Amino acid sequence: MHDLLQQLLNGLSQGSIYALIAVGYTMIYGIIQLINFAHGDVIMVGAYVALGCALMGLGLIPSLAIAMLSCAILGVIIERVAYRRVRPVSRLAALTSAIGVSLFLEYIMMYFLGADIRTYPAGFFPERTYSIFGVTINNKDLLVLGTTLVLVIILQYIIYRTRTGKAMRAVSFDGQAAQLMGVNVNSTVAITFFIGSALAAAAGLLYGIYFNTVQPLMGLMPGLKAFIAAVLGGIGSIPGAMLGGILLGMTESLVAGFGGSMYRDAVAFIILILVLLIRPTGLLGKGVQEKV
Amino acid sequence: MGRVEPLLNLEDVNVHYGAIWALKGINLTVGEGEIVSLIGANGAGKSTTLRAISGIVKTSSGRIMYQGEDITKTPAHDIVKKGIAQVPEGRRIFANLTVMENLELGAYIRKDTKGIKQDMESVLDRFPRLRERIGQIAGTLSGGEQQMLAIGRALMTRPKLMLLDEPSMGLAPLLVKEIFSIIQEINKDGTTILLVEQNARMALQIAHRAYVLETGRIVLEGSAQELAKQEDVKKAYLGG
Repeated sequence: MHDLLQQLLNGLSQGSIYALIAVGYTMIYGIIQLINFAHGDVIMVGAYVALGCALMGLGLIPSLAIAMLSCAILGVIIERVAYRRVRPVSRLAALTSAIGVSLFLEYIMMYFLGADIRTYPAGFFPERTYSIFGVTINNKDLLVLGTTLVLVIILQYIIYRTRTGKAMRAVSFDGQAAQLMGVNVNSTVAITFFIGSALAAAAGLLYGIYFNTVQPLMGLMPGLKAFIAAVLGGIGSIPGAMLGGILLGMTESLVAGFGGSMYRDAVAFIILILVLLIRPTGLLGKGVQEKV
Repeated sequence: MGRVEPLLNLEDVNVHYGAIWALKGINLTVGEGEIVSLIGANGAGKSTTLRAISGIVKTSSGRIMYQGEDITKTPAHDIVKKGIAQVPEGRRIFANLTVMENLELGAYIRKDTKGIKQDMESVLDRFPRLRERIGQIAGTLSGGEQQMLAIGRALMTRPKLMLLDEPSMGLAPLLVKEIFSIIQEINKDGTTILLVEQNARMALQIAHRAYVLETGRIVLEGSAQELAKQEDVKKAYLGG
């Protein structure tokens, strides 16, 4: 029983990180129907920026804020430089461009900072553990859960309570109709990249602390997993991405915790295949959108 | 309609979709306060004309003048700010948002909170059925209600000129009548109307002037009454 609770808790933390990344994937897909394969690498850049801040002696919160802001700007630049002009031409061109950006970010970081695995300095986030009902709770878990919760609440507020959020939802439903309302589609897309990339940076810092690893290819696996999570939940749906992330994290953790750690990644992909076979639009996906 | 100051003036406008020459030198004027109808068969270029005015499709040559200003190259989202609203073909409401949110998006370009509130009230007075369904997801509305929402949403931009693309499409005859009388009311309240319709009979009934389009060209123009009497118009568009 304790083992199960313990694994569920671990899964919840890991799933929260997936969820943060998956939300970015799904937002960007929702608005321009592009799988932004560079999204995973924005995580990595975020982890490095936070590492740089930490090494300069900044605390956790300022490092997080700087990482989020830098990656938000990076996201906007990526969209402007690599996607905007190819987007109208073809989806495949944009997708190829995204893969290019991904490789570019990975190897430019490797070139300048080396491929060594780095870790956050010891005092950056001093670990503590608590024991409640026999379940070990690490303050890393609390950090991950707390940060995710706060960011998701802010995101929900932006999307459902602000003028910008309304514009984002309108553009993702029908860009041309939104234009007819005076919504500038290009800037709305830019704002979406800004927000999605900021979330990815936060995920990068959390991932770096949680697994004690910062390296140039660190975004690959979580990026891929988050993509699975987004598809699992129904690509384009933000609640779906969160649900998909948490479910995936928990499943992985249960598989790993009960002796199958070698099959953890395999299980993730098997789940993806099963969901797509049984419910191709994902758990909360809407099927074919109605446009009368 | 005597001499009226032209609010909108299309001068030799051409539009190409790839290899397809959709508009072949359109010349058209809309005077302040008028209802002007564009009639013609499917594919004649009626919608393309409206889309060119709204900036949704690019013109390959020619000029679009609005209030004496060249808006040919103005981006679509800025054209709305100048006072040109479009009710697009097929309504294109935001089916995933509520009725309220759809109307609020109509006011996206505006900052005058008070004026927005007033206009919201007057739209809801004009369309009481929207008031009943204000919190409902717009996709659940009936076709007629969606058309009302699309018109209401356009009214929320507080337009000087409203472009309507096939507002009668897919609606029951009774609703078509209702929509057309609403269009007349909106015009009486001071909004100029450029109307695209396949339902030529209704379009000519409420219009002051009309243009007939055939394969990207204007083949006839004149007062709506005159056009309705012409034999070839009767034959081609009014069912004999």
